Amino acid sequence: MGITRYRWRRILNGFFLSTSVIATLLGLAVLFSILTTVLTHGIPALTPDLFTKMTPPPGNSGGLLNAIVGSLIITGIGIAVGAPIGVLAGTFLAEFGRGKWLTDATRFISDVLLSAPSILIGLFVFTVAVKPVQHFSAWAGALTLAIIAIPVILRTTDDMLRLVPNDLREAGAALGAPQWKIVVKISYRSVRAGIVTGILLALARISGETAPLLFTALNNQFWSSNVNAPMANLPVVIFQFAMSPYDDWQRLAWAGALLTTAAILGLSVLARILLFSPKERPQ
Amino acid sequence: MTALDTTNGTLSQGFRTQQIADRAFRGLTFLCAVIVLLTLGAILVALAWGSLPAFRAFHFDFFTRSVWNPVTVQFGAVAAIYGTLTTSAIAILIGVPVSFGIALFLSELAPLWLRRPIGTAIELLAAVPSIIYGMWGLFVFAPFFARHYQPWMSAHLGPIPVIGQLFQGPPLGIGIFTAGLILAIMIVPFISSVIRDVFQTVPAVMRESAYSIGCSTWEVVWNILLPYTRTSIIGAIMLGLGRALGETMAVTFVIGNAHKISASLFTPGATISSTIANEFTEAVGDVYYSSLIALGLTLFIVTMTVLTLAKLMLLRLELRLRG
Repeated sequence: MGITRYRWRRILNGFFLSTSVIATLLGLAVLFSILTTVLTHGIPALTPDLFTKMTPPPGNSGGLLNAIVGSLIITGIGIAVGAPIGVLAGTFLAEFGRGKWLTDATRFISDVLLSAPSILIGLFVFTVAVKPVQHFSAWAGALTLAIIAIPVILRTTDDMLRLVPNDLREAGAALGAPQWKIVVKISYRSVRAGIVTGILLALARISGETAPLLFTALNNQFWSSNVNAPMANLPVVIFQFAMSPYDDWQRLAWAGALLTTAAILGLSVLARILLFSPKERPQ
Repeated sequence: MTALDTTNGTLSQGFRTQQIADRAFRGLTFLCAVIVLLTLGAILVALAWGSLPAFRAFHFDFFTRSVWNPVTVQFGAVAAIYGTLTTSAIAILIGVPVSFGIALFLSELAPLWLRRPIGTAIELLAAVPSIIYGMWGLFVFAPFFARHYQPWMSAHLGPIPVIGQLFQGPPLGIGIFTAGLILAIMIVPFISSVIRDVFQTVPAVMRESAYSIGCSTWEVVWNILLPYTRTSIIGAIMLGLGRALGETMAVTFVIGNAHKISASLFTPGATISSTIANEFTEAVGDVYYSSLIALGLTLFIVTMTVLTLAKLMLLRLELRLRG
């Protein structure tokens, strides 16, 4: 009786532990499959034309130049607007607002926004920035991406600043430094890598956002550098081309997918390296 | 002596400048925090405002009818809500055990040198954009699933009474079940990384005392770690559910986009987010637009409730992690 119970426990243990290993292998297999798919479809489509020609009409060959540039402009404005707001708001939470209800409420709301469906943020910007002016615009797209980026940056800035030991701040205060100097020259400086990591992660997050751009920046088949008008961008072009029946378009979609994935995974890995390099760790 | 003159000396002037700079900097950070604080409310108000025409046209019927007909301008949210809930339920049913397995492997089983690389690989799954999941799902996973697994599932699960209906139908590859599977993959990295963090907050002494009385690894997990971390794990699952409910592009690619409710999970359907993504730019007329925004409002209220509950459940964990 004792033996059988012992064996039963061993079998149960073996079963669950091997299931856990299988689950992990499954996860790794999916990542592997996604990466190989993107590489095998994307690499043959990487031609010089990709970076020199505009998106073509159906059935023609072309490139993604306008979409690539458009994406750079929209994400660039998005992060340029989102990063300062995120960093400053995070600064308030960690440096000035300790113990206030406003701080707790903002932290909570920001965390909820972090997981909020991005499509709803797109709908929001549509109702406030597209519908009133009656046209889609790159501005609206950038604003959407900024709203998506802010909670990511706020969260990392807040977390990082709270790791700064109070002794450092007090040392600054003892020398007679005003508060803004303590924050900028002491707190920011000691967690610089962490804050940059947050911005890079936010950049990675917004680079692949598609749904909210569908009804803000829309798309544009031609070259456009007018931020007050619809502008081509990679995610929306990928979506449109991938769902189309045309071979040329599908090839371009895979090329775009490869570019986007490479950029995003590159940013994510870079952010991790930056955060975990021992020299830059706070404390 | 002039330097100490308090009325108009250089020292006091420098001091004044610093005081103003201080106030300006603090005010600026305060303003940014308030902007963040107000964003969520602004989203709610804008969506509610935008859905007014739809509610004026359909009243509460919007939530009880499954018709979705742009031609006759009749809209009801039931089919989309059904699709959202079903796909998310499938994602949770499949994603949670897998996430749990991965967290268990990373925190209890894997040798130390393997934890970082595998943990990073799983987290990279979270970085892959939604649209890439969609393309992979449509062009790789759906055909694979239709060829190798769907016929088998129809043949073996189909004849079972009651639940068999769910698995009948042509092996199209795309449909509600596939969308649920892709969602499961997408939420796994989020849930597993939270569970892993939670497991690491369990004091080593509890684990060691259980091992010392002869518990197996599984018994330690089941009898010590799980009861100790229950609330946080439910929070993690809710966080995953929040993600699954609102996920858009991946679902739009593989769900098939049909506004109907059928007994089988293998048939095409639609979710709230896929409907909005597909139809928004093509919508004509105020009521059509407004109905899509009303769908968005519904999604907003559901996900915000789920996410708020998740955050509340994870609060204790955060306090412990942040110290």
